[in-house]
Amino acid sequence: MTKQLLKGNEAIAEAAVRAGVDAYFGYPITPQTELLEYMSRRMPELGRVFVQAESELAAINMVYGAACAGRRAMSSSSSPGVSLMQEGLSYIAAAEVPIVLVDVMRGGPGLGNIAPSQADYFQMVKSAGHGDFKPLVLAPASVQEAVDMVALAFDLAEKYRTIVTILLDGVIGQMMEPVELPPMQPRRNQAPDWALTGAAGRPKNGIVPFRLYAEELEVYNQRLQDKLARIAANEVRYREYLLDDAELILVGFGTSGRIALTAVKQARKLGIKAGLLRPVTLWPFPERRLWQLADEARGFLVAEMNAGQMVEDVRLAVGGQAPVKFLGRLGGMVPMPDEILDAIKSLDKATRPVPIIGTIAGSVTPLRRRMSVN
Amino acid sequence: MITQQLTEEIVADRPQALSPVDTHYCPGCTHGIAHRLIAEVLDELGVRERTVLVAPVGCSVFANNYFEVDAVIAPHGRAPAVATGLKRVQPDKVIFAYQGDGDLASIGTAEIIHAAARGENITVVFINNAVYGMTGGQMAPTSLVGMKTTSSPYGRDVKAMGAPLHMSELIAQVEGAAFVSRRSLHSPAEIRKAKKAIRRAFEVQLNGQGFSMVELLSSCPTNWDMKPVEALRWIETRMVPVFPLGDLKNVTPKSGLKGI
Repeated sequence: MTKQLLKGNEAIAEAAVRAGVDAYFGYPITPQTELLEYMSRRMPELGRVFVQAESELAAINMVYGAACAGRRAMSSSSSPGVSLMQEGLSYIAAAEVPIVLVDVMRGGPGLGNIAPSQADYFQMVKSAGHGDFKPLVLAPASVQEAVDMVALAFDLAEKYRTIVTILLDGVIGQMMEPVELPPMQPRRNQAPDWALTGAAGRPKNGIVPFRLYAEELEVYNQRLQDKLARIAANEVRYREYLLDDAELILVGFGTSGRIALTAVKQARKLGIKAGLLRPVTLWPFPERRLWQLADEARGFLVAEMNAGQMVEDVRLAVGGQAPVKFLGRLGGMVPMPDEILDAIKSLDKATRPVPIIGTIAGSVTPLRRRMSVN
Repeated sequence: MITQQLTEEIVADRPQALSPVDTHYCPGCTHGIAHRLIAEVLDELGVRERTVLVAPVGCSVFANNYFEVDAVIAPHGRAPAVATGLKRVQPDKVIFAYQGDGDLASIGTAEIIHAAARGENITVVFINNAVYGMTGGQMAPTSLVGMKTTSSPYGRDVKAMGAPLHMSELIAQVEGAAFVSRRSLHSPAEIRKAKKAIRRAFEVQLNGQGFSMVELLSSCPTNWDMKPVEALRWIETRMVPVFPLGDLKNVTPKSGLKGI
């Protein structure tokens, strides 16, 4: 297969087309608009559904409707638009219909700006809407990875009847990279048995995100949690770089993870044993792997394009076994490799083992493998 | 001695599109009548097995239990958007949304107007009883001037709360709307006219002519604090003058919409 130079948003759109998406509903918002525009050309060409909705509220509910019919349906938006979609996401989670949402994050809060940001980690990972639910969140660090995630996103959404979001920042949405597109998949021609296709020769189907009685709603919620537990057990994905002998572990997702890798390679040149863990699923989070790494690591450094969001999950995973430092840029600023390298150097210095200088009262003072830093 | 064989004929029965269950609606509420009219129409048109209902949030949130058709519950006000999604991916199906006045005329104004603007080939049944029923009788956009509700205890004051919103007139202005009618459920004669309008609305959808909506003036004896008969009289004497009955739009534009 030959590689093509494609813009992130357009590459994701074409990947969705090739994954057999039946319907796309969206609303213009920078920096994801090219995805909508691409779909407006491509979907009618293939006789598939494209609707530019009157708002993100409507767009996500159109996705809800199309997904209820058992079709592959998706939307894309950016931070403020996703705020509007949260109502619908909660209903969709409760209804347990599979959908895919692409969120190309921009600077916030408020209107913020259109620069790339990762400030909506909490929004997507922790609170995509009211009630106890979590979408499965995929975080690509390149256009190719984003493209490869699209079919996976639909497959996972359908496997678990859940929401899968692809959470990227404006850098990946906007930049052009050489990518290899997947082959065109045939569209599914049969709706699943739960779909709302008309009760012909079968009992009626209902998709009901509503349980009036607390006893019922608790049972329902428990079932939902059991499903989320299955996802957490089976779908953790992450990438490791230079971790075999690493003493300092960097953690970053998406663009900041990619920049962190550059810094890690620079640190290696300086003789600092740094490595990178890049979560690919933000939920479920690779917490077990981080816990394992914490056993040997001197310290962690989390780099994000926000004020410190994923770092909370890293701290939970590390559980106090090692210090966890944070480097963040705000408002659409992207960290430079040098900044991250400087932070690695500081962490290296602060966590360097102190040589044993003696014993007190005849007993060996257990020397901490690592010193704590704040 | 009479030996003639008497033959029996069923003259009234439960429509197949109406599930054989009791409803939770209050005594004297006209939701039940609206449900039955829709179910009769679905039976008569022979489309029950390819119909999908979009139920709203509000008193009719349980409508999925009462219609013997596939159904989904939409977020408050978003039923036309959910119906849009359902219809676009399966244009051969009959999709209808059932919405109250809080749902359609307040929180969902954008969704209803734009569904109509797109000429979305769906049918909406709009229950206007001038209050928020499920939450206990608060003021709705369709509450009458001076009407006392639990959130307008001194009466709806136009200066502070505005005047009733005439949704059918508003929607009728929209090019994509093919059929818009306002009917009432306060008397047998009006109920028959309401059924005709509902039938016409579904026929418009079956013909692919575009958006269709039937507004039904309905009673809410519980929240109006009236006896059922009084409530029906109140529709006739108080609501109908504000919300005149009739077809507001009945055109047959060829729908250019295509689904999959």
